[in-house]
Amino acid sequence: MTRRPYLMLGLILLLTALAIWVDSSQRITITNPINSQTIVDRNVSTRLGLDLRGGLQTLLEADLPADASVTSDDLKVTRQILESRANALGVSEVIMQVAPPRRIVAEFPGISNPEEVVASLQQTGLLEFVDMGTSPVEAGTIIQTDYGQISTVPSNTSTPESTHSAVTPAEASPTPAASGTPEATATPAAETPIIYHTAMTGAALKTVTVVRDSTSGAYEISFVLKTDSAQLFSDYTGSHIDQYLAIVLDKKVISVPVIKNQISDGQGVIQGNFTSTSANALAIQLRYGSLPIPVKIVESRTVGPTLGEESIRRSEIAGVIGLTIVIVFMALYYRLPGVLADLALGVYALTSLMLFKLIPVVLTLPGIAGFILSIGMAVDANILIFERLKEELRAGHNLRQAIDLGWSRAWPSIRDANFSTLITCGILFWFGNAFGASMVKGFSLTLALGVIVSLFTAIIVTRTFLHVVLDNIKFAEHPRWFGIQENLR
Amino acid sequence: MNIIKNRYLYFGISLLVIIPGMLALIFWKLPLGIDFTGGSLLEVKFESGTPPSVTDVTNLYTEFSTPTRDLSNPLVQPLGTDSISIRSKEMDDATKGLVVAALQERFGNGGAVIVMHFTQVSAAIGQEVAVRAAGAVGLAALFILLYITYAFRGVQHAFRYGTAAIIAMIHDILVTVGAEALLGHFLGWEADSLFLTALLTVIGFSVHDTIVVFDRIRENSNKYRRVDYETVVNHSIVQTLDRSINTQLTVMLTLLALALFGGTSIRHFVVILLIGIFSGTYSSIFNAPPILTVWENREWRTWFHRPERSGA
Repeated sequence: MTRRPYLMLGLILLLTALAIWVDSSQRITITNPINSQTIVDRNVSTRLGLDLRGGLQTLLEADLPADASVTSDDLKVTRQILESRANALGVSEVIMQVAPPRRIVAEFPGISNPEEVVASLQQTGLLEFVDMGTSPVEAGTIIQTDYGQISTVPSNTSTPESTHSAVTPAEASPTPAASGTPEATATPAAETPIIYHTAMTGAALKTVTVVRDSTSGAYEISFVLKTDSAQLFSDYTGSHIDQYLAIVLDKKVISVPVIKNQISDGQGVIQGNFTSTSANALAIQLRYGSLPIPVKIVESRTVGPTLGEESIRRSEIAGVIGLTIVIVFMALYYRLPGVLADLALGVYALTSLMLFKLIPVVLTLPGIAGFILSIGMAVDANILIFERLKEELRAGHNLRQAIDLGWSRAWPSIRDANFSTLITCGILFWFGNAFGASMVKGFSLTLALGVIVSLFTAIIVTRTFLHVVLDNIKFAEHPRWFGIQENLR
Repeated sequence: MNIIKNRYLYFGISLLVIIPGMLALIFWKLPLGIDFTGGSLLEVKFESGTPPSVTDVTNLYTEFSTPTRDLSNPLVQPLGTDSISIRSKEMDDATKGLVVAALQERFGNGGAVIVMHFTQVSAAIGQEVAVRAAGAVGLAALFILLYITYAFRGVQHAFRYGTAAIIAMIHDILVTVGAEALLGHFLGWEADSLFLTALLTVIGFSVHDTIVVFDRIRENSNKYRRVDYETVVNHSIVQTLDRSINTQLTVMLTLLALALFGGTSIRHFVVILLIGIFSGTYSSIFNAPPILTVWENREWRTWFHRPERSGA
């Protein structure tokens, strides 16, 4: 490595150019010039945490007795359902992560209506096939059904008729209707709301897939029923041909298909004016209609957008001031090596930023603090080496020897010291992960990345710079450039 | 410069700093934030510039109390001239919406009432976090002890180095927690999950600094086999002193910049870091290496009766 400083320098410059490119782009796309295929296409915009951009973070926990086990599949399915539900509310960039064994972290950046979002998350998510007779309602209508027992978390805002019973939808087997007409169709103006009959719930579905009709090309949803439900469904559809069977999620009508034939094999197709997206969205809702486990909110944090903006502005100022102080200090105290270390610090900052964008690391306020702190540690490695370099020079070694000795002798302490910091980072990350504490997680991640990148810049980048400069300028004549008195050389 | 010779003076200085903090911890306790105790924290800004009085807010909160949800006696603190923070028992998001609407209606004075942030943590999870936090600190200490014992395996008494580093680390934990207890009592600061982050970072840095000094002792004790241990240790401290001070300076300066310009939301965090990291450097120079000497000389044999001849 030391024999080929120019090769190293080339690589470092290449890395720096790459870093500048990534740092200054929002999205990177690389296409193969020969067949113009896209090789890389990634969004590399800086991800800001909720404390910086404002929004809501909630920690949801399985609302089951402490000794009831929650399988990781249940948790994953719940996460998926909650996410699609949040997307359905029009909240963009929702981040949901499973925090085993029984929690889910949900983040909603930039929302202004946290109360509504929270209310919708707490619904259990019940899918029903509802008998509409011959007079369908429009999709989007909220209806009432006779399948009344919704198990939800204690919440007096979402569903007024909610009884706090623990009955889950799966416990009730689908009951085909004897009479298929709504109980009050004839009196739309009646005081009492129409209560429709639920023919079947989502618990009866075995598989759901999105298919395209071979002739028309329209998107359809094909489903297969569980064996015991197939017979019931066959009887039901046979007696309700040309009537409407609404698909209803949490009492909201999603679509209202017509029963065209008796479905005796337990398989069926739902047609409608679907696009690829809407068909898939419905398929997911059909597949995972109700939450496999009820959830409750155990923690929620809302940060207003004003506070976020203020924090970004202030940490930018603090970062610039902190960095400037360090750069000036290094240059004044260590002279030429200090200036080179400052350049290496530039490489360090650019590379770290690139990694933050590529991985991607969500930047939170403590995360930025961790990054600024890691600048201090990056400099520490250089300080260790330079102090060592001075000692070796004083001991009578020539400059080139001193540089190599300085590096190799400072290495064990740099290695051990940084490794112990990485141990702490690992434990912090584990802690943050277990509680969805993204602030703690962000801090440990940026600090750990900073430590790793700083090892690279201090050991390789600064040293390469020094060697290259030495090759080009007659240096041994200027010991003061190294902060050493002439007579000590 | 002979640091080792005056080791008991430096131990004394450490005690002088630690004892008040520990007394504060015993008598005033560590004020724990809602991250550990559970509850709700609402921070609102009144654009009109005239936030309601503590009594007004307390009364409003009491109105929202129900038999299952006790919101009476909230802790109301003014923040600057136009904002207040209100800490209460746990309150869900829906209730928060109602409370903010009521604040707007009664005390808005024509300006908007802006929610700066709202946090709600259930008591059960708060407790769990507190238990795990203690576990995290213990685990970090254990892993670092193991690593140092491993890294110094070539040196005689490798375990001593690990133990001395852990004692220095405990010193820094005590200083930091004591400072938090004192600041908590006088400034109303509460230990939250960020405090825990600061504490764990202090642990990391403390060991970082100690290892740099120990590494030099490791190197020098191989080089100067005939020189007595105390001289080697002292020489190693002096040799690494430039580095210790310079690194300390750069980290302190960056933290100072963060504390002064970084905004109120992380000021508490940064100040605790400043105190802890300063303590970390101090203990790596004035505590950890002297402990090695004390151990080498088995000086505890003379602690409780007058030594016949001074060891130093």
